[in-house]
Amino acid sequence: MYESRTKRLNVAAVALLGFFLWWAQGNLDGYKIQILNLVAINIILALSLNLIYGFTGLFSLGHAGFMAIGAYVSSLLILPAAQKEMIFLLEPLVWPLSVLQAPFFVAVLAGGVAAALFGLLISLPVLRLGGDYLGIATLGFAEIVRVVANNLSGITNGALGLKGIPNHANIWWNYGWCLFTLYFIARLVNSNFGNVLKAIRDDETAARAMGIDVLRCKVVSFSIGAFFAGVGGALMASLLTTIDPKMFLFLLTFNVLMIVVAGGLGSLSGTVIAGVVITVLLEWLRFVENPVTIGSFHIPGIPGMRMVIFSMALLFIILFRREGIMGMREITWNGIIGVCRRKGEKDRD
Amino acid sequence: MTERETALETQGVTMRFGGLTALHDFSIRVHRGSIVGLIGPNGAGKTTCFNVMTGFYRPTEGKVLFEGRDLTAKGPHEVCREGIARTFQNIRLFSNETVLQNVMIGCHVRTPLNWWETPLPFGVGAKKEKEIREKAYHLLEEVELAHLADECAASLPYGAQRRLEIARALATEPRFLLLDEPAAGMNPQESQKLMAFIRHIRERFNLTVMFIEHDMKVVMGVCEYIWVLDYGVLIAEGAPKEIQADPRVIEAYLGEEAVADA
Amino acid sequence: MSVEMFIQHFLNALTLGSLYGLIAIGYTMVYGILRLINFAHGDIFMLGAYFVFWGGALFRLPWFLSVVVAILFTALCGITVDRVAYRPLREAPRISALISSIGVSFFIQNLSIVTFTAIPRAVHVPQWLGQVHLIGKVRLLPLAIVVPIVSLLLTSGLLWVVYRTKPGLAMRAISKDIETTRLMGVPVNRIIAITFGLGSALAAASGIMWALRYPQIHPFMGVIPGFKAFIAAVLGGIGSIQGAVLGGLLLGFIEIMIIAFFPGLSGYRDAFAFVLLIVILLIRPSGLMGEKLEEKV
Ligand SMILES: Nc1ncnc2c1ncn2[C@@H]1O[C@H](COP(=O)(O)OP(=O)(O)OP(=O)(O)O)[C@@H](O)[C@H]1O
Ligand SMILES: [Mg+2]
Repeated sequence: MYESRTKRLNVAAVALLGFFLWWAQGNLDGYKIQILNLVAINIILALSLNLIYGFTGLFSLGHAGFMAIGAYVSSLLILPAAQKEMIFLLEPLVWPLSVLQAPFFVAVLAGGVAAALFGLLISLPVLRLGGDYLGIATLGFAEIVRVVANNLSGITNGALGLKGIPNHANIWWNYGWCLFTLYFIARLVNSNFGNVLKAIRDDETAARAMGIDVLRCKVVSFSIGAFFAGVGGALMASLLTTIDPKMFLFLLTFNVLMIVVAGGLGSLSGTVIAGVVITVLLEWLRFVENPVTIGSFHIPGIPGMRMVIFSMALLFIILFRREGIMGMREITWNGIIGVCRRKGEKDRD
Repeated sequence: MTERETALETQGVTMRFGGLTALHDFSIRVHRGSIVGLIGPNGAGKTTCFNVMTGFYRPTEGKVLFEGRDLTAKGPHEVCREGIARTFQNIRLFSNETVLQNVMIGCHVRTPLNWWETPLPFGVGAKKEKEIREKAYHLLEEVELAHLADECAASLPYGAQRRLEIARALATEPRFLLLDEPAAGMNPQESQKLMAFIRHIRERFNLTVMFIEHDMKVVMGVCEYIWVLDYGVLIAEGAPKEIQADPRVIEAYLGEEAVADA
Repeated sequence: MSVEMFIQHFLNALTLGSLYGLIAIGYTMVYGILRLINFAHGDIFMLGAYFVFWGGALFRLPWFLSVVVAILFTALCGITVDRVAYRPLREAPRISALISSIGVSFFIQNLSIVTFTAIPRAVHVPQWLGQVHLIGKVRLLPLAIVVPIVSLLLTSGLLWVVYRTKPGLAMRAISKDIETTRLMGVPVNRIIAITFGLGSALAAASGIMWALRYPQIHPFMGVIPGFKAFIAAVLGGIGSIQGAVLGGLLLGFIEIMIIAFFPGLSGYRDAFAFVLLIVILLIRPSGLMGEKLEEKV
């Protein structure tokens, strides 16, 4: 009974979101739409990192690397041949890539798959490492990806990056992928396979004693996370229409990590909430870096201030509310209804 | 003792950590269907012995055979798949998960749910999921924890945590169960209940049970056969009566003066 | 390759390696004691360089004095970071402190942009250090001699502190077992603060010499040297001071020599260290001089 009610409410929520997006598209300006798009992409990225770190306990700092792979692969598939010829000034694009073309959906999927393959490739060696060493090794991987992207001019156009990427990633694609990611990961972590991942996170030794092939499960989780990170990168590339290696600095991973930590490790609803709040906050904080003129009074912008406030916020969270907004709990329909009922009863009294 | 099938056998197992020999030339043979004990003073190497048997440590020398198959080179999860389950001296539950989830995790090895089966709310995956949930629930009923199924495992009282750990081990459908100090921290009544419980699950699940225990009442009460370790060396073995009377055992436990005084 | 060229590269590698080594010591000491990868350490290195710059440019301090003041200030910064961002997390899961240190790292970088601006600045190099001497065909920069010697002296001094003084003894005790050491009545937090102070002072020294050798400073200058020095610490065996110095030198030589012999790879310079890291972690996670740890079940 509860299950069917949950299902109906889920459908209603998705419909409501659809309606909101439809309204937003007609009524909000381009800047606000852009923020809405970024919210969706950041949620995808944070959900995937939460799967890896929050649910499986693998401290990975390689997200920027997977995003870069997804972004480059999908962009090369959707860039028109003429555009490719125009932007590859240092070295022409290598052959099959120079003519290869794919529809947007396929390109994003390919970006995700490529990232997942890289995830698989590096996971076999690095996942034998635990804790902080894994973090450093994956960070190393992301840096290697960036350095390679900077040098492999025949594929990535080197430091110049790719420009004029078709802007296919509209609000529908982004939120479509976002919902798919949420659905997929939620189903995964709420299944017994998800229980197994959590077991590995909580006590790896006990998990092994329970007959769980720990390395295999970690590889699966890591690769799925890499897939969605690649998808997020692909969407991001099409949304921004230009990418270059500098975009995929460690800072990018830091932003995603911040969302996951703030939302709560091992909480999907926390990630969604934090994804919205932090993305909006980050955009809103841009104003502290822009010069403001009030009447004849001129306040110059303070470059760097945005990240100062942002990193201080992370420090506050980690020092004073380590479990984030939600801890490991989730907001469920049953929970909401329960709270409403209790409140209703109180009001009646 | 009548000739019975051997469930588990160790052949000359030696385990060294650097200069320390935690287990020396350890050879035993456990009969199928029996309940046996492994005792010895603190630091004697009992847990080490379990760790070797369950694949957590690779022995420096020697072999571990289970139902005739060599387990020596196998990792813990493979050993579990072969049919050996264990509990830990310091309870190791999955503390953020519910009681039911803990047992469900134990079911994974026999009914693995693959990641690609999870997205769809119907089909093979959903069927397996339901099967696992029901099986786990039945096991909880068996150990009288079903009413706590949705509680967080860490919130359980101590005795219940011990039973849950055993239920979780049973979920892997073992034929051989290793219990590391199951009665530690229990009062006499609880220990009494535990003994009955161990006997019960042995019958119910057709198990061979081997356990480490310091509480002599429990050991002498349920064990058919006992091995005694001291400083990694097997110093005695036999039926409880023989062990109780063995001067070497008394000496190992109480020191030499005690023997002289007696 | 001519002998002159080789000597030139050798000197470069020695300088770079010494600088890595000095930073690596801070990583290795903190990791040895707290099992924490102090992400902010590279930024502490950057602060050292900036403090000298401001000491000269703003307060008109004589160069030598501004170096001393800068080192003291940087040490103070290191201690403050520990007090504010790491000490409250001693009982928390280890990764929390690591995330905190990532936060501190971004905080310091961006606060530096706010206060110093992101514009790279040229650094004043005293004449006697920056004047190039030609010996045969080898261009000899006095720095190329001074940096390794200063590094050697500083490292020796540190080793003396760690192996011959009471606080050093306490440090070694903490790295073996922090709880027991606390129970023995050692003021653990003060010893940890001293460790951060010493590590930061060495990082400052390295940052200052770095700025002299590659005379430009900017708020992100600590990021890459920081990562590389951490890798050097892992290479040498994390927890070992001698290992950190050795790892730093090794990394310096590997980097310079690969570029010297394969100029085509120079674009990949910043990736060598990371590749090396992954390889090392796989084949010998305890590093060259570290102890092997076995997990107890
Ligand atoms: N991984 C390891 N590395 C080094 N030494 C170990 C390791 N595991 C066990 N030991 C040592 O082996 C010896 C036997 O330990 P073990 O845990 O097997 O004793 P035990 O008989 O279970 O004792 P207790 O009754 O206290 O549980 C001890 O001296 C212990 O310190
Ligand atoms: Mg034991």
